[in-house]
Amino acid sequence: MSANMFSDKPAVTDDEAAKITRVEELAYELSVGEVMTSKVFSLRPNQTMREALDEFKQHRISGAPVEVDGKLLGILSIEDMIRSLRDGRIDLTVADYMTADVITARKEDPVIEALKLFVKSRVGRLPVLDSDDKLVGILTKSDITNGLLKALQNDYEAEELIRYRASHLFEDIVSDRSTLTLRYNVKRNDFSHGGAASNNIKKALLRLGATPQIARRCGIAVYEAEMNLIIHTNHGGVLRVEIEPDRITMEAYDDGPGIPDISLAMQPGYSTAPQEIREKGFGAGMGLVNIKSCVDEMNLASSLDRGTNLYMVMHLDKTRHFS
Amino acid sequence: MMVITGHSQGKAMKISEILEISQGSLLTPYANPDIEILGGFAGDLMSDVLASIQPESVLITGLSNPQVIRTALIADVRVVIFARGKQPAQETIKLAIEEKLPVISSDLGLYEISGRLLQHGLPSFEKRMLHAFDSD
Repeated sequence: MSANMFSDKPAVTDDEAAKITRVEELAYELSVGEVMTSKVFSLRPNQTMREALDEFKQHRISGAPVEVDGKLLGILSIEDMIRSLRDGRIDLTVADYMTADVITARKEDPVIEALKLFVKSRVGRLPVLDSDDKLVGILTKSDITNGLLKALQNDYEAEELIRYRASHLFEDIVSDRSTLTLRYNVKRNDFSHGGAASNNIKKALLRLGATPQIARRCGIAVYEAEMNLIIHTNHGGVLRVEIEPDRITMEAYDDGPGIPDISLAMQPGYSTAPQEIREKGFGAGMGLVNIKSCVDEMNLASSLDRGTNLYMVMHLDKTRHFS
Repeated sequence: MMVITGHSQGKAMKISEILEISQGSLLTPYANPDIEILGGFAGDLMSDVLASIQPESVLITGLSNPQVIRTALIADVRVVIFARGKQPAQETIKLAIEEKLPVISSDLGLYEISGRLLQHGLPSFEKRMLHAFDSD
């Protein structure tokens, strides 16, 4: 992404944005060397065109680089072959008919550079040279297509593997009771990170194979709890999530100042948040109500000298389990 | 004049259509213009958003802080529109890019964007709060 991402103008125009895809990212990430065909058939300059024709037929190819000891001298294409046939001079050498002024690609270059060359020069294949100018391979557009598809497949498999490992966590570990505990310290007034812990919790649940509905409900509940810690506590507090195969237990606790009237706090729309908090989009008086409607069990305990403890449970039964 | 009363009569919309109808411009890359948006919600209070909004929706808001993005992620919102030409803070855009959440800036106001989208058939996802999770 460009350096002017944060300028006044949009980072990219709509048209540009629509065109940026993972494939294009890969075109910058992959090198020519990774996608080229490296076992390359080549011709010697002193071979006759008749021999070249036989080689083309035998290898079912329509062009080949011409080299001596790895040094690229030219490229012979099917068009050159046709010229020699038309001239009736098929016994002349490859050196007589090859194109000596060859457009080449570098092994270390990103694939995007080679794509640009293909577009600009309209050639069908590019000989690939290493840093010592030795011929190391040949690149066609279908090499690029295959390389990109393979890279996309690898991306997909890597992600699947991570998901698989995470979602089989509980099966792999044998114990009478396995739990995974996530703990986040939430600071008072830390709006710039507000919701970050909850988003991490939601992502972890998805990784572990929770259904999107479960992850969303838990996410909303801990998000509201996280914002309450940021807005309504003396020093912030702790979010603690305990994940078990059959349930998710979420807790938010702090050391004060405590809630004077819990039943009032539970009323939809009741809020003690000051105006500046409301301007940030919080303090709607819906947080605890939202939590209650998201989780299966909720218990709110608070005392004015010890602070508040919010306890939330989501049961994972047969229909709502880790997949 | 078409009257939209609920989900069933509305139609899903692509991000490209939403961009056009809201006269907005995209502030983030990675937007797949073919992503389908099923409904919309407009509001500035994040708890109201969480109480009401359904997944795969557009969130139209007058706020522009990073919490909007985090709220949208929690609620499985697929695209956010910042209304009244608000330029969100750098960290807001940065977060949206990191999370691959498309965000749009539109010069139109909340009411006008909502009205236009509704008129073009995108259903409202605004619900009475107590029933917000019935269909989840």
